[in-house]
Amino acid sequence: MFEAIVNGISGLGTGFVNLHWSNLVMIAVGCLLLYLGIKKDVEPLLLVPIGFGAILINVPLADLMGDEGFLRTIYNMGIANELFPLLIFIGIGAMTDFGPLLENPKIFLLGAAGQFGIFLTIGLALIFGFSKLDAVAIGIIGACDGPTAIYVTSKYAPHLLGAVSVAAYSYMSLVPVIQPPIMKLLTSEKERTVVMEPATKPVSRSAKIVFPIAVTVVGGLIAPKGLPLIGTIMLGNLLKECAVVSRLTKASENEIANVVTLFLGISIGATMDGRIFLTPQTLLILGFGFLAICLDTVCGVLFGKLMYFLTGGKINPLIGAAGISAYPMAARVVQKEGQKYNKLNFLLMHAVGANTGGQVGSVMAAAIMLSVLHGMGII
Amino acid sequence: MDNLTFGLTMIVIGMGGTLLVLSLFAILMNFLKMVFPFKEEKDQ
Repeated sequence: MFEAIVNGISGLGTGFVNLHWSNLVMIAVGCLLLYLGIKKDVEPLLLVPIGFGAILINVPLADLMGDEGFLRTIYNMGIANELFPLLIFIGIGAMTDFGPLLENPKIFLLGAAGQFGIFLTIGLALIFGFSKLDAVAIGIIGACDGPTAIYVTSKYAPHLLGAVSVAAYSYMSLVPVIQPPIMKLLTSEKERTVVMEPATKPVSRSAKIVFPIAVTVVGGLIAPKGLPLIGTIMLGNLLKECAVVSRLTKASENEIANVVTLFLGISIGATMDGRIFLTPQTLLILGFGFLAICLDTVCGVLFGKLMYFLTGGKINPLIGAAGISAYPMAARVVQKEGQKYNKLNFLLMHAVGANTGGQVGSVMAAAIMLSVLHGMGII
Repeated sequence: MDNLTFGLTMIVIGMGGTLLVLSLFAILMNFLKMVFPFKEEKDQ
């Protein structure tokens, strides 16, 4: 009897006995993510479930990521098979208006330049000794696009998923801090004050409906390995633009996106076990992620300067900074910076065009990258 | 394949390919706008 009582009591508090220092650090990191999300409004939809997931997984002996753990069930349901980021992409497509981009299609080029940081970062990561697929997962942080980063990383470098996701979402929310100094450094006063003429010709509804279909087919034929990414964002956009399936559009933007975001966040947090996450490699990944976004901004603004020269001063180079996929934050940054130097300058719609171009650009950059990897026999 | 070759290939094809594909999309959009022009009453 006494022995049974002692054995029963010994089952309590075993979590304390098996606590590793790395678990304590990661519980603190989880609390930090919760603080950033709740108090500072930094991407709360993702950081709150990620932060809580990180706390859950670092309580020892709960076995939440064991074969029958509920976090493992959610992880297998949508992260291991890359389903969750694709479902979110449908919602993103349904929330995006490509109108400003379609009114001025040459802005697409800024969306391309805004992705150059991805590839430059892959090169740097290789120099620092990361393997090919790890370097790809690190470079894709520069896509500034959570679902794309999660899709690529969960497929080809799942051991880096926690670090890459935290880096991607944290730095996206830091865009208003990261971009303005780079924009000021690379442009002259004269360039920053360029007033861009508003687009005069609106786009027809038919063109807006055919656009997602055309991009899916053409983009898919060029880079087939990226078709899941291209197809889902364009499906969402088609649902929106055709205007005959409002129930599906609303479900994509709301119920589906919200439920999947919760499951996605908590599963990513579940990969942040202290013993795996707290390595010098994680710090390097966070550093490279920051660099990738800086390089994206540099390349976008420099390309904007090129377009300024080629158009005889009609394009404000600042909108190049909106060529990254952080929508709509980057567009708002450009509008704010433009008005700092010229109060009469309204760059927002042009920046939104570049920003949506960046969304398509990030998807195509990932698609091209995956197809090239497949062509080289690496995947 | 060594890392240097891999890295340079990714940089050249990645950056160049993304730029080319999005240029193609820009041309495609101009073509779509020509084929489906905006009509004042119909599209409002």
